[in-house]
Amino acid sequence: MADVSSSASQPKKRPLSPHLQIYKPMLTMMMSIMHRVTGVALYFGSLLLAWVLIALATGPEHFAYARDLAETWFGQLVLFGYTWALFHHMLGGIRHLVWDTGRGFHLNTVEWFARLTLIGGLGLAVLTWVIGYNMVGAL
Amino acid sequence: MDMRTPLSKVRGLGSAKEGADHFWQQRLTAVANIILTLFLVVMIVNMLSADYSTIREYIASPLVAVGIILLVISSTFHMRLGMQVVIEDYIHAEGTKIILLMLNTFFSIFIGLACIFAVFKISFGA
Repeated sequence: MADVSSSASQPKKRPLSPHLQIYKPMLTMMMSIMHRVTGVALYFGSLLLAWVLIALATGPEHFAYARDLAETWFGQLVLFGYTWALFHHMLGGIRHLVWDTGRGFHLNTVEWFARLTLIGGLGLAVLTWVIGYNMVGAL
Repeated sequence: MDMRTPLSKVRGLGSAKEGADHFWQQRLTAVANIILTLFLVVMIVNMLSADYSTIREYIASPLVAVGIILLVISSTFHMRLGMQVVIEDYIHAEGTKIILLMLNTFFSIFIGLACIFAVFKISFGA
């Protein structure tokens, strides 16, 4: 208390608010984290979109290379993950837009939003891929 | 000589009027992204079995090209704002934070420009 000069150069360790590991994991909390995780994934996933467009602009060999890579099982896994992250983040975002209007804050509603986002995101991703595989005649 | 204290100089200037800008732009681009992303997904699914030249022709058609460019602008803007918040939340060392915030802007602009240039080249170029 008395030593002002030392406390100014070296800030006192204040108690911090409890962080993630203190709380019991809950669906709404996991969904909040997932929104951020999918957002960051989509951020780096934008490289894929840029890559495909540049390959298309560069020439047929480049595009064939990108397409071959996309058709491997690993490529398909990454692209399915991309699709899922996109829909999950989209539904999570719509949830946030609803909250921005001041609606949907009842605990029950929040819980249902979380479930709908989770199931809806997966559902839309699977639906897109089923339609996609149908288009190329693989189903 | 200006005899006013620093506080009195600032007082009365009001706010910078940008308090809600980050929030608002994040929402604005979010709404645009919903529509434009759905368009992109439908477009990609439609082109899955098309060959190289068909895909190029498709992307070169004005409405598709404009759609992709709008999506690229809106989504790179949106992702830059989002990553900015993530960096500000987790990186507390001032130097590292500023460098990462700069890299965030560089990356977003690079992705945006690369995509738009590619669409232009597909549309106009040889």
